[in-house]
Amino acid sequence: MAATLLTTAVKSAAGSGSRVARAVDRLPPARTNLSSTERWLSLAAGGTVAGLCLTGRTPPVLSTIIGTGLIYRALTGSCPCYRALGVNTAGSTKPRTAVPAGHGTRVEHAVTVNKPVADVYRFWRDFENLPRFMTHLIDVDATTDGRSHWIARGPLGTAVEWDAEIVTDVPNQVIAWRSLDGADVDTAGSVHFVELPHNRGTEVRVALKYDPPAGKVGTALATLVGKSPESQIKADMRHFRELMEAGEIPTIKGQPHGE
Amino acid sequence: MKALCWRGQKDVAVERVPDPKIINPRDAIIKITTTAICGSDLHLYDGYIPTMKAGDILGHEFMGEVVETGHAVTNLKKGDRVVVPFTIACGGCFFCKKQFYSACDNSNPTPETAEAVYGASPSALFGYSHMFGGYAGGQAEFVRVPFADVGPVKVPAHLTDEQVLFLSDIFPTGYMAAENCNIEPGDTVAVWGCGPVGLFCIKSAFLLGAARVIAIDDVEGRLKRARECGAEAVNFAHVDLLKWLEERTAGRGPDSCIDAVGLEAHGTGIAGIYDRVKAATYMATDRPTALRQAIMACRKGGTVSIPGVYGGLLDKLPMGAAFAKGLTFKMGQTHVHKYLKPLIARIERGEIDPSFVITHRYKLADAARAYKEFSTMKDECLKVVLKP
Repeated sequence: MAATLLTTAVKSAAGSGSRVARAVDRLPPARTNLSSTERWLSLAAGGTVAGLCLTGRTPPVLSTIIGTGLIYRALTGSCPCYRALGVNTAGSTKPRTAVPAGHGTRVEHAVTVNKPVADVYRFWRDFENLPRFMTHLIDVDATTDGRSHWIARGPLGTAVEWDAEIVTDVPNQVIAWRSLDGADVDTAGSVHFVELPHNRGTEVRVALKYDPPAGKVGTALATLVGKSPESQIKADMRHFRELMEAGEIPTIKGQPHGE
Repeated sequence: MKALCWRGQKDVAVERVPDPKIINPRDAIIKITTTAICGSDLHLYDGYIPTMKAGDILGHEFMGEVVETGHAVTNLKKGDRVVVPFTIACGGCFFCKKQFYSACDNSNPTPETAEAVYGASPSALFGYSHMFGGYAGGQAEFVRVPFADVGPVKVPAHLTDEQVLFLSDIFPTGYMAAENCNIEPGDTVAVWGCGPVGLFCIKSAFLLGAARVIAIDDVEGRLKRARECGAEAVNFAHVDLLKWLEERTAGRGPDSCIDAVGLEAHGTGIAGIYDRVKAATYMATDRPTALRQAIMACRKGGTVSIPGVYGGLLDKLPMGAAFAKGLTFKMGQTHVHKYLKPLIARIERGEIDPSFVITHRYKLADAARAYKEFSTMKDECLKVVLKP
């Protein structure tokens, strides 16, 4: 749906060609996170609740809230509850990549590492180092030609696997990779390195995208039972800095403790 | 092994726990020969510091003998006698390289709480709550020391444990507080609190060239010790302190003021009651009586140096006075690593013998009783050392 139901309604009410309609056309595209099917269902359900309210068959305050909410998400294509959970059923019309835009979970984080850019780049470029600081990875096996085989922790103790290829590799600047067809998880990632002036270390900016097997619901569930993807990447990047600067990741696991 | 464990507010006990073992390559295991209770352990004992868990082993002032080292520790060997800084620092991060060891980026395995509360996590500390890393402390028979290749310092054989033990915290803490005052010849330094850190502030201020040190407390036994350290001592309960300081400095005020009291200041009068009520109703966490007075008393363009521990939010702090007088504030946990060698040299030259603060000696097994007596200042208890 190029135009939302709401803008269509506004434009037809104001008359096409009117100043209002032209203003509406200049609005940025709405941030939708609902599929068109779900929006029509919402509209129907909202209308039904509103109708029941008018006939006096349901408590008016409750049904007004529910009915208005359903009609709002239908007209705008935007559901605050889904947004809070990170769920998106809107999909995308863009060409297919490892993880199409609008799909999956995207996380980014940056840390400053107190090491020269060459050391930081070299450590990351050896993908077999990644499981040392990315806790969701079990193993990465670098093969030839920039290809690698990844094994990661999936939901409920399962393991998921994929092959990946490096798509960009500019020494001391950027590495980008993506999963190949047949992956359990479609994934892509990039890391940018910027050396700071006056020996202040290296900025490392990572962006990861995942389309997990259980989709959005899986991501939302994972967030509910464990760390959110955002706090996970933050912890992983902290571990990366610790490994680079201190040579080990600090821990108190296994130390003595009273009853 | 035996270790002193925190159970809850005003509840500590010596328990049997498993011996520590090497976990990371840069770890060492130290057999404790002497350890101490610090005034800041009383903040834990009194329940002022959040994120403590029942069973946590306390103690951040300790020394001993190396019994085992991880494979990355090449500068220490079994049998070395070492003092260990209470701050845990990696030595490789931006902050360690700038000698801000107590701001180390990489020693706290669980920095999330500190990041939420403080904006960033300082270094981890031994035996000082999970906000500061949750590392087991040294009021025990053995302790695991992370980053042992940069923290522990070997001590000369001719110095006794009691002479060097306080390099772990209170001597460098008092010294850094005095150094933070940028003392110039002829300066007058006022020190709030004549506990062990306050006494080290007094001695350090003289070592760094102060002409006069004024010591402030309301415990006569402590004021007597301050006088023995060369300070003019005043009991704040018997005078109008700000007026007294103004008179004694002929209207100018002390060149620098050191708050060696921190968050549990025992205020008097209306302000004292006000702070207690605020703290009791969780409307403020810290009671800054000493800090308020230090700000009000300090001369224009002077320095307020704060080795006393603060943990949370302050109320009714005279920021207008600080601004109007153009004060400099210096504070923070001690960058202990930076001071170890220079201060060992001062001890060896006989400029100071840190054992002067010790008043009580106990067996580790009696540590729970020691906490109680220290917290109530029974028998003028000033500093307790424990022997396993």
